[in-house]
Amino acid sequence: MEFSELIKTATVEDVLLSRPGLPAVRGTLCITSHHLLLSSCPRGDLELWLLIRNVDAVEKRVQNLGWYQPPRTGGSLRDTRVSGSSGTITLRCKDLKVLQLEIPGMEECLNVASSIEALSSVDSVMMMYPFFYRPPSLRLQQGWHLCPPERHFQQVASQALLRSSQPLTGPNRRRCREDEKLLGTILAEGERGFVIDTRSAQAARQARMSGGGTEPKSSYPQWRRLHRALERGRPLQESFAKLVEACGEPAPSMERWLGRLDGSRWLSHVKAALSTACLAAQCLDREGCSVLVHGAEGTDTTLLVTALAQLILDPACRTLEGFQGLLEREWIEAGHPFQLRCARSASSHARGKQEAPTFLLFLDCVWQLSRQFPFSLEFGEQLLLTLFDNAYASAYGTFLCNNERERSLCKVKESTHSLWAWLNQPEEKQKYLNPLYSHNPLVIWPSVEPQSIQLWQGFFLRWIRPSQHLDEAWVEIRRLVEGNSSSIKEGNSSSIKEGNSSSTKESTGKRLSQSLPEPPAGTENDAEAWTAGTR
Amino acid sequence: METTKKNVVKELPAVARQLPSSNPALRAVGPEEGGGGQVRRAASAGGGRCVRSSAGRCRHGTHPDAQGGSRRPRQHPHGPSRSSPREPRTAALRASTAFQLMLRAAFRPLCPDTCPKRREVGALLCAMGLSGFSLRPSVNAGTGRELQVENVRLLDRLSSRRAVVGTLYLTATHVIFVENGSETRKETWVLHSQIASIEKQATTATGCPLLIRCKNFQVIHLVIPQERDCHDVYISLIRLARPVKYEELYCFSFNPKLDKEEREQGWKLVDLNEEYNRMGVPNNYWQISDVNRDYGVCDSYPTEVYVPKSATAHIIVGSSKFRSRRRFPALSYYCKGNNASICRSSQPLSGFSARCLEDEQMLQAIRKANPGSDFIYVVDTRPKLNAMANRAAGKGYENEDNYSNIKFQFIGIENIHVMRNSLQKMLEVCELKSPSMSDFLWGLENSGWLKHIKAIMDAGIFIAKVLIEKDWVSFGHKFNHRYGNLDGDPKEISPVIDQFIECVWQLMEQFPCAFEFNERFLIHIQHHIYSCQFGNFLCNSQKERRELKIKERTYSLWAHLWKNRADYLNPLYRSDHSQTQGTLHPQIAPCNFLYKFWSGMYNRFEKGLHPRQSVTDYLMAVKEETQQLEEELEVLQERLANLQKSQSGNNKVKSKQQDQNKKFGLYTSNNSLANTPQEYSNDLKSFPSRSPSQGDEDSALILTQDNLKSSDPDLSANSDQESGVEDLSCRSPSGGGCLPSEDSGKDSDEAVFLAG
Repeated sequence: MEFSELIKTATVEDVLLSRPGLPAVRGTLCITSHHLLLSSCPRGDLELWLLIRNVDAVEKRVQNLGWYQPPRTGGSLRDTRVSGSSGTITLRCKDLKVLQLEIPGMEECLNVASSIEALSSVDSVMMMYPFFYRPPSLRLQQGWHLCPPERHFQQVASQALLRSSQPLTGPNRRRCREDEKLLGTILAEGERGFVIDTRSAQAARQARMSGGGTEPKSSYPQWRRLHRALERGRPLQESFAKLVEACGEPAPSMERWLGRLDGSRWLSHVKAALSTACLAAQCLDREGCSVLVHGAEGTDTTLLVTALAQLILDPACRTLEGFQGLLEREWIEAGHPFQLRCARSASSHARGKQEAPTFLLFLDCVWQLSRQFPFSLEFGEQLLLTLFDNAYASAYGTFLCNNERERSLCKVKESTHSLWAWLNQPEEKQKYLNPLYSHNPLVIWPSVEPQSIQLWQGFFLRWIRPSQHLDEAWVEIRRLVEGNSSSIKEGNSSSIKEGNSSSTKESTGKRLSQSLPEPPAGTENDAEAWTAGTR
Repeated sequence: METTKKNVVKELPAVARQLPSSNPALRAVGPEEGGGGQVRRAASAGGGRCVRSSAGRCRHGTHPDAQGGSRRPRQHPHGPSRSSPREPRTAALRASTAFQLMLRAAFRPLCPDTCPKRREVGALLCAMGLSGFSLRPSVNAGTGRELQVENVRLLDRLSSRRAVVGTLYLTATHVIFVENGSETRKETWVLHSQIASIEKQATTATGCPLLIRCKNFQVIHLVIPQERDCHDVYISLIRLARPVKYEELYCFSFNPKLDKEEREQGWKLVDLNEEYNRMGVPNNYWQISDVNRDYGVCDSYPTEVYVPKSATAHIIVGSSKFRSRRRFPALSYYCKGNNASICRSSQPLSGFSARCLEDEQMLQAIRKANPGSDFIYVVDTRPKLNAMANRAAGKGYENEDNYSNIKFQFIGIENIHVMRNSLQKMLEVCELKSPSMSDFLWGLENSGWLKHIKAIMDAGIFIAKVLIEKDWVSFGHKFNHRYGNLDGDPKEISPVIDQFIECVWQLMEQFPCAFEFNERFLIHIQHHIYSCQFGNFLCNSQKERRELKIKERTYSLWAHLWKNRADYLNPLYRSDHSQTQGTLHPQIAPCNFLYKFWSGMYNRFEKGLHPRQSVTDYLMAVKEETQQLEEELEVLQERLANLQKSQSGNNKVKSKQQDQNKKFGLYTSNNSLANTPQEYSNDLKSFPSRSPSQGDEDSALILTQDNLKSSDPDLSANSDQESGVEDLSCRSPSGGGCLPSEDSGKDSDEAVFLAG
């Protein structure tokens, strides 16, 4: 297949692009194999690039006004067209952005629309942009082995957090000695463990009919089974779509808004996911028991729970590097089928069976944690947004394919760049750091009361809500915090001149860590890590 | 009529006195400086018995039967006598006949407007509270000064597991719950004036539940083992929470140990005339009118009122006669930049067709006071239907035909009754036990509270847009620099004031850099509006305040807040920031998303719900730190300059010494800090930016007491970001304490787990 076959019209002039809350731009539209490019006319000082993969749905509307609008003279290009007709294309992107293109000429409009549709639904992984993208600042293969892969958190607790898929008990209640033995080896004599099944008890029973099932008590006497029904698959996707639709409604009344927010059930799913993760964390940390988490396949809600539980328990996962490691380990290597799940976002009309925003649910839960513990995560909201965007449409290979095997077949690691390599470039990294971060060695237990769960406005209203004032607040926060660390630096340098740098540094460091509402552990190191983090 | 009634309910004055002890628990139970009474700590084996102190009774001669009509100098049984500025009450009030009268009256619903005995009853209640005997309903019952009940359980809404057992004390001013057992003996203090309602629920196997709801949104759920005790507490509280006279309020006895001058200073912090001067009046168009001297025209207006220059006394008086409660149009806000102004008034008594020439002239005068504008907007805050309905009662709204050049606009803010119900409904949602997300959102939607908030905001935005260019920020300024003027308008006693505070919060959420103050400031103001600890929010009008000599007899909240202003500052505020310049333009278009539920206010006492780390506190600390560092830097640079100068003198030895001196200095400051991490962090808990050494003892006392009482508005969230077992259950994933925790042991079973 050649991309050129899919592109029916490559360039259209005099296109008007409008986005909510931003001034409209008029310019020339180009369609390349992976991008939609609009460069503003006449000066061309503004270029807008959109990865076509990011397009979730294309809506077109054409008007043929030819018979009552006389053809204009002067524009040479204009004369060749079906004069007076025009069309509007609305592009709904996977990151929830909405773009509107007004295209003169009905034919061009239809061509552009169908080209975008075709290009955005190219299935072949090897044809995707990451295989073509070669940024000058990165080397291939950089960042693919950036994260220490095996860091399980036996460091934190002496208990193990395990994940698996469901046992294939089936309708005949089959047993498997080896499986029983395997689970048996994890527990010492007389020890107890918990199996957290992310399906309801009834759903787990029903799964037996199709060959699945759950661990019967009789065969796994040391394991206590808990059921926590988490939403998955289609209903979750619908919940996402409903919420996005509600957010897009121009001016609903307050009742209607709250009603629709409730009706989407998204926040309920967030609450349920966080609660289940807390349950797993609690079993590990407070009960001192090993925990096995599984649903059906062990590729969706299972990962949601295990990844969140680790974030809650393990401070190492809450750093930028550690979080990347967590994602690599618990989502990518553990086989979350990104390709299938993230093929379509909230506004797509193509109703596939495999799409589900499980990963978004995870990111939302992480955001809830960061809201409740604003100093405890080294990264900020921007990272979560970037991760979402890249999971759905990316220039990097990190979220390509559904599992390790597919990735190695496609040679993803050899022929695409890693997102981590990009993120970890010093100047890029700055954007994702939380200026307020300071190492918190403790378990962060979030509140899961409804009052504590909030709509993630930064994501759901990213393109709707003007964020200028909030951004200004963050600039101000950065200014304050960095002003502080820079005056520490200045203080240091001036005292170095006097030859007693150590004492000043110590004093400022100590005072700083005391002023943090965190228990000071290893005061001096803390303070240094903190200043390093904000520089 | 209605206002009066509401007032009485609102003020819910505590029979007040200050407990001067540093250990409030001990004080509360009885000891005093005068040497009467004893610390009563009833044997813990009391097994739920109600123990009443009788020690103080005879000594203080407060029991009516015992003392008969004997007249004794007023001696406060608990507080020092200096804190009782009251006139001595006649002993007749304490006489047994009066006592019985009171008892009879107490069983009737106390309706202050209809009950002719109101004053006596009020005086009696007051006298009883002050003389400190127990408010036992039964004449036969003991008459200990305080009610004290052992083995009371304090329940936690979020988790049955977190209930604590302790002792409940009722003093004349506070309800106090002291936890048993634990080393800290955590105390919960609630001012009687904060009590909004008391509900006695059906007795269960474990005891008799008593639910105390407070105006600052604290909910205290007690279970008292004996029904009889519960009833006693209930009856006593009902009375303690409903005093009838202003003089009984806490503020009249509250004494933060300021001298007279300081107190007067406190009242001068906000000077209305200065406020108007800041706006730029009086000027060519507006002047002070003395038409209301002696409150002759309108008793709910202040004596000095700003009106258009062209409005003669005749016009004003005429207009006032045409308006409800004679509240004629008067200046509220004047915008220097463009001469636009906001005036306020009550509704005209227009009925279906009445008109009033003077009133029409009054509006014309207002219009002419802004030469730049051809018309004025008349904004009626009611829904149109309500306004129309009012016409049948001879009231109504301005007829556009009669008034030239006006534009009429209804805004549709519901009346206070609707608002009260709405708040009530929302608070019920907040109280739900382990609600699902859906329950919560549905309840929130159903309460309509956010809808009303939005309506009010829309009104504010409308007025701001139409009339002036400079509104909210200046408003903020008013608050910041002068600590505002919230002197209660009579009708504001309803959630209106809460709504105003919430609207400001909603604006703060949208404009994080625009306000000089922070959320805590709003919460503290809300708390003190109902605490009656300060005189600011008392009474219905300037007239009443003057009559009561509020300024002479009580303290001003603004002084209190001003003193601790460092705690109320928004670290993000900069006077040169763009958000502080000019008008804020709140989002209107899809703004429903932006109105959030304010759990910091309405669930303020449930720490577990709030972010465990406070960005504000952190930034305040950082800011302070930066300032210190900069100062240090300055000192160092100065030294450096000196050194360089002196180096020409070749005095190396000396400079070395200096160095060492300095080093030493740094280390000492270092150590002094390092030695007090506990104190510092304790301090940080609620008042992060005040160092322990700052501030005098007295304010510390007030604040400590405030802090100890969990009735204090300030429950900073960062106190326990680490969440141990106890916190866990509140966040229990299964939604209500059915999770295993350490105290439940390994026996907590699958059944328990699955309960969720």
